[in-house]
Amino acid sequence: MIGAPQPTYAVEGQGLVKTFGQFRAVDGIDIAVPAGSIYGVLGPNGAGKTTLLRTLLGIIDPDEGHRSLLGDPTPLRQARNVGYLPEERGLYPSMKAFEAIAFMGALRGLPLKTGRERARAMLADYGMGAAAEKPIRQLSKGMAQTVQLFGTIIHEPQLIVLDEPFSGLDAFNQGKLEALIRDQARRGVTVLFSTHVIAHAERLCERIAIVAGGRIRFEGTVAKARDRLRPQVRLRTRLSDGNWRRALPAETLAEDGAWHFALPEEGIEPLLRALLDGNAGIESLSIERPGLHDAFVAIAGEAAARQMQEDEARMEEDA
Amino acid sequence: MKEMMRAAFVIARRDFTAVVLSRTFILFLLGPLFPIIIGMAFGGLGSRISSTDLRPVVGLAMPAADAARMEQAQARLSERMATQSLPVLRRVSLSSEPRAQLAKANADVVVIVSGSLTRPIMTGQPDDIKRLEGDISLIASAALAEKSLHMVHVEPQPVSTSIGAQTQGRLIIGRIAQIVIFFLTLLLAGMILSNLVEEKTNKIIEILAAAVPVDAIFLGKLMAMLAMSFVGIFFWGGTAFAAFLAVKDPGTSLAEPAMGWPLFLMLGLIYFAMAYTLLGSLFIGIGAQAATVREVQTLNMPVTMAQMLIFFFASYAVDKMGSPPEIAAVILPFSSPFAMIARAAQVDALWPHLLAIIWQMVWVGIIIRIGVLLFRRHVLKSGGGWWKQLFRSATG
Repeated sequence: MIGAPQPTYAVEGQGLVKTFGQFRAVDGIDIAVPAGSIYGVLGPNGAGKTTLLRTLLGIIDPDEGHRSLLGDPTPLRQARNVGYLPEERGLYPSMKAFEAIAFMGALRGLPLKTGRERARAMLADYGMGAAAEKPIRQLSKGMAQTVQLFGTIIHEPQLIVLDEPFSGLDAFNQGKLEALIRDQARRGVTVLFSTHVIAHAERLCERIAIVAGGRIRFEGTVAKARDRLRPQVRLRTRLSDGNWRRALPAETLAEDGAWHFALPEEGIEPLLRALLDGNAGIESLSIERPGLHDAFVAIAGEAAARQMQEDEARMEEDA
Repeated sequence: MKEMMRAAFVIARRDFTAVVLSRTFILFLLGPLFPIIIGMAFGGLGSRISSTDLRPVVGLAMPAADAARMEQAQARLSERMATQSLPVLRRVSLSSEPRAQLAKANADVVVIVSGSLTRPIMTGQPDDIKRLEGDISLIASAALAEKSLHMVHVEPQPVSTSIGAQTQGRLIIGRIAQIVIFFLTLLLAGMILSNLVEEKTNKIIEILAAAVPVDAIFLGKLMAMLAMSFVGIFFWGGTAFAAFLAVKDPGTSLAEPAMGWPLFLMLGLIYFAMAYTLLGSLFIGIGAQAATVREVQTLNMPVTMAQMLIFFFASYAVDKMGSPPEIAAVILPFSSPFAMIARAAQVDALWPHLLAIIWQMVWVGIIIRIGVLLFRRHVLKSGGGWWKQLFRSATG
C-alpha cells in the first residue's frame, strides 16, 4: 500500500465553495497537501475547517470548485486508502473495542479477520490489551478516542485526515497522539489535520493553512508563516533618553522597562553602533524569532487569535 | 457496484449480529407467541362458554298430553337442525296464572306457553315473544303433524374435484397469504424507521458516510433487517407448522394454490421480502430525516396508516383478477407484492411473477436513491442539483 506510487499532492482543492443557506462556510479555498507531509489546517471554531475537510473527503459536495484525493476526483473511490477521524467521535456503544476497530477497517476494505488480529495487536502494543474485549460503553472517553483513532489507521491508509484530533484528550494522551502522527508520517503516510491549538501545528506540521471566515489567509511552511513577521528586538538600556533614541525605529514601544521593536531591514549593526556611540548603556539586547501564534495574530487578526485561545481553554477543560 | 455491495454487506453483518446476538432478540422471537398463548387460553375459555347451554328456556303450561307432544316435536326437529337452534322446553305448574309465575322471584323461564297445540298463547316481555314466537309456532306445527311429518332424506353424491370449491379455496388462500404478508411487514418494517437514528445519535454516520456510499448504508441496513425478519419468520413459521401438525385432523385436506404449494410458499417469501424492502426503503428514507427517537415515534402512526391503505387496496382487488383495480394494485409498487401473492394463489402463470419481481426491485432502487438524495441534502447538507444527485454514481 505504502509502496504504491503517490501523486505529488495527496489532497488538492481549487476554488472550493460550500454554502449553508446564506452562510459561506468555505469561500473559495485553494489547497494542496504534499504527499507524505504533515499538514495542519489552523483556525478558530467556525472558521470552516471541518466543512473543508468534509468537502475534500467527499462526505459533502462543494457548490463550486474541484477537489481530488490521492489524485482521484471522486474521493469515495479512494476510501480504502484514506483514514478519517471526525471531530464528533462516534462508536457503537455495545461493540467490543477490537470489533469496533476491525469494523472500521472492514468499511474501508480490510478483511474482518485481518482487522481483528491487527486490532488486538495494536491495543496490546498501546497498553490497552485488557480493553480489547470490553464494550465501548465501558471504556473511558480517552480510551474510546484511542479506539477510534486505531480504527482510522487499521487498514494502513496512504492518507489520514484527522479533524481536531487533540480535542478531549489530556496532555499525556495528546503527547501519545503526536508521537503516533509522527510515526505515521515516518512511514510515508500523509497526515492532514485540523486544530485550533497553535502549539500542535507548530510542533508537528511541515506546512499549514490558516483558515478564518471560510478563507485561507495563509498557506505554506511554519517557517514561512513566522517570516511574515520580522524578528522582534528587545532592548534594555541604563539611560532612558539621549541622542541614541533617534536611532530606534519609529514604531518602537516602551514596555516593562524595555524597548520593543521589529528588527530593522538594514539589520542590527547600524543600530548597535548608534547605541554605543550615544552611550545608551546597553544592559541587554535580544532578537527573537516570532512564534506561530504571533504569525497567526498577524495573519488572521486579533479576534481570530482570541477565539483560538478561548477554544483552547475550553478544550483543556473538556480534557 | 461490487464495491457498494461489499460495503453494504459489511454494514448488514454488523447490524444483523448486533440485533440477533442481543438479549432483546429472544423477546422479539417470543413476542408474537404471547398473543397465540393468550389466544389459546381465551379460546379454551370461549369454547367452554360456547358449550354451555345458553338457549332460552320456555315454560310449558299446557295440558300434559300437549306438553309431551311439544317436547317430542322439539326433540325431532333438533336432530335435523344446528345444535342450540331451538329453545329448551320445561313444564311449569298449571295451577297459577303465567303472569303470576313470571313475576315470582324464583322464575327460571323466559316466556310461558299456555293454551293448546292448536292455539298456543305466549306470555312474556314483548322482545322475548318476538324472538321466540317463530320457534314455538314451528314446534307446535310439527307436534300437530306428528307422524305425518316425514323428514326427506338427502342423497350424498361425492365428487373428487369441484372447480367452484377450488376457486373458493384458492381465493381464501390468496387472502390469507395477503394478510400474513401484511401483518409480517406491519410488525417488522416499522422497526426500520428508527434504524439510522442510532448512527446519528452516536455520530457514527460521519464515519460511515466518509468510508462507503450512503446507498450502501441504506442497502446494508435493509439487508440486515430483512435477514433478521427471516430468522423471525422461520422461527414463527416453524412453530406454527409444528402446532398445525400436532392439532391437524388426519382427514383434513387443504386446498392447493394454483402454482402448487412449494412454488407458492417460495413466492410468498419473495413477495414478503419485496413488500418489506419496498416499505423498508421508504421507511429508512423517512427515518433518516428524523433527528431523534421521538420524531420517529411521531412518524409511526401516519406510516402505519399508509400501510393499512395499501393493504386494503390490494385486498379489495383480490377477487377481481384481471380487473382494472387488480391490475392497478399489481402495478402500484407498494401494493404489488400483496396483489401478486393473491395472483399466485389463483393463477398458475409464472412469467407475471418474474416481471413483477423485477419491477418491484427497480422501485426499491429508485426509493433508496431518493432517500439517499434527501439524506445527503438535508442531513449531510451536501450540495448539488436534484437531478445531478439522483443520477450520480453511488461513489461519485
